[in-house]
Amino acid sequence: MSKQLATKFGEILFKNPVVPASGTFGFGREYEAYYDLEKLGGLCSKGLTLEPKPGNSGIRLWETPAGLMNSIGLENPGIDAFIEKEWPHLKELDTVTVVNVGGKDEESYLQAIEKLNAIEVKLIELNISCPNVKAGGMAYGMKAKTAGDITKKVVKLSNHPVMVKLSPNGDSVADIAKACEESGALGISLINTVQGMAIDYKKKAVVFDNLYAGLSGPAVKPIALRMTHQVCQAVKIPVMGMGGISTWEDALEFIMAGATCIQVGTMNFVNPLAPLDIIDGLQAYCEKEGLANIAEVRGIF
Amino acid sequence: MAVVLSNEFVSRGICRMTVAFKGDVLPGQFFMLRAWDKDPLLSRPISVHDYEDGKLTFLYQVVGKGTEMLSRLTPQSDVTLQGPLGNGFPRITGDLCVVGGGIGIAPLYYLVKNYRKHNPDGKCRVYLGFRDVAYGVEDFEQAADEVNLDIGGIITDQLQVASGEVVVTCGPEVMMKSVAKVVPAENRVYVSLEAHMACGIGACLGCTCATKYGNRKVCQDGPVFLRDEVFYV
Repeated sequence: MSKQLATKFGEILFKNPVVPASGTFGFGREYEAYYDLEKLGGLCSKGLTLEPKPGNSGIRLWETPAGLMNSIGLENPGIDAFIEKEWPHLKELDTVTVVNVGGKDEESYLQAIEKLNAIEVKLIELNISCPNVKAGGMAYGMKAKTAGDITKKVVKLSNHPVMVKLSPNGDSVADIAKACEESGALGISLINTVQGMAIDYKKKAVVFDNLYAGLSGPAVKPIALRMTHQVCQAVKIPVMGMGGISTWEDALEFIMAGATCIQVGTMNFVNPLAPLDIIDGLQAYCEKEGLANIAEVRGIF
Repeated sequence: MAVVLSNEFVSRGICRMTVAFKGDVLPGQFFMLRAWDKDPLLSRPISVHDYEDGKLTFLYQVVGKGTEMLSRLTPQSDVTLQGPLGNGFPRITGDLCVVGGGIGIAPLYYLVKNYRKHNPDGKCRVYLGFRDVAYGVEDFEQAADEVNLDIGGIITDQLQVASGEVVVTCGPEVMMKSVAKVVPAENRVYVSLEAHMACGIGACLGCTCATKYGNRKVCQDGPVFLRDEVFYV
């Protein structure tokens, strides 16, 4: 393990701060053909819901300048199938598997969380920020009060530490993060995708069946960096920053803004080896700058 | 990274690019191609048109910024290839009938060539439909027993399928659905689907299609499916 990159997120040890983001990494299997997942600091599972979800109809992807809009709609096999088919494989990996959980209402969040109590998850990422589902999803993450309420109930029920994944689309993200912190969250991750819209003028039609969709990729990075900074200023719990990170330099900027770990999302689609390139780049940076640990440059603004 | 050997327009808006590549490549598989940094962001899924002696050929239509940039690559320049991806067509025994429309003919040439190699006694018939200008037809004429051409009409109007022929189709969805409808139920029909893709390897779930077995990924589980799997009949 690299001494320079080893990172504690709360009490959880990550061998490095680089974590592929939920929804861009499946359950890891697709990327195992490209590299050893144990090189990663951790990985976030595809967003799971209590029941299997088929996802949204119609066009699900739309490219924009330096960005990608998606309207996948949390297609996933459900918690039970995950525990049965994916967890036996993931739990053997020497990396931190973060299990991402979504829901359509309070009951479905809590039932999913209860089922996860049966397995040895190191960290849950509570998704209250998906812009692509009609019920639940982002609705809980728009205001500090609702975000704090659901976090409190989930934290109380869960045997595992809970990190809350926040939306850039709601009220002041710092206020929402503070409410999650006060409700017992171990950490915060942000940002989920930025809600956007696409229109096909030739067809005089909206592109997505769900009308709006989530924008990610390099196009959103400055927004994500600003929000990561605001949240890091507002809370004492650790933060995983994400949003358009495509190079080690981007990752370093998020760490300098205060992020403890960083997540790599859309870039996994562009270059399957992106997380490894970022790890290597951060390692080389630490060596060049003579840092004992990357933490020396964390939160310097 | 691969080196471009040749890259030329063969018709208006249609390019043929050959690159140096070593590996096992099956008909119906595709590669993710890029030759730029982050704009456009995504790589482009392009099907294999031919593969022989370390030369991999793509026949592609220039439809947007990505394919336009690909079309401007000159010999000896680099292109990033990821693949081969997808399952491709199954190995076909018995007689083959291929129906291609527009740029959908691209993966069918390698299929026909490969079929001929493995089935020297089999019969291979081809139907090709184009909106205004035909391209790539001579290649099919060399590899197949019979080539039927339609320009500006509806290719399925002349489609006659013999008993026992396996039918493979690739082209606009409306054409493939029409093929699926007119071919008798006793004939096996494979359709090669196209979809927006971000990753090409099964992670993004952007190319999901509904099948009678539930959702499947065009990139990883396809792009080739049986017609009844994807509700084309």
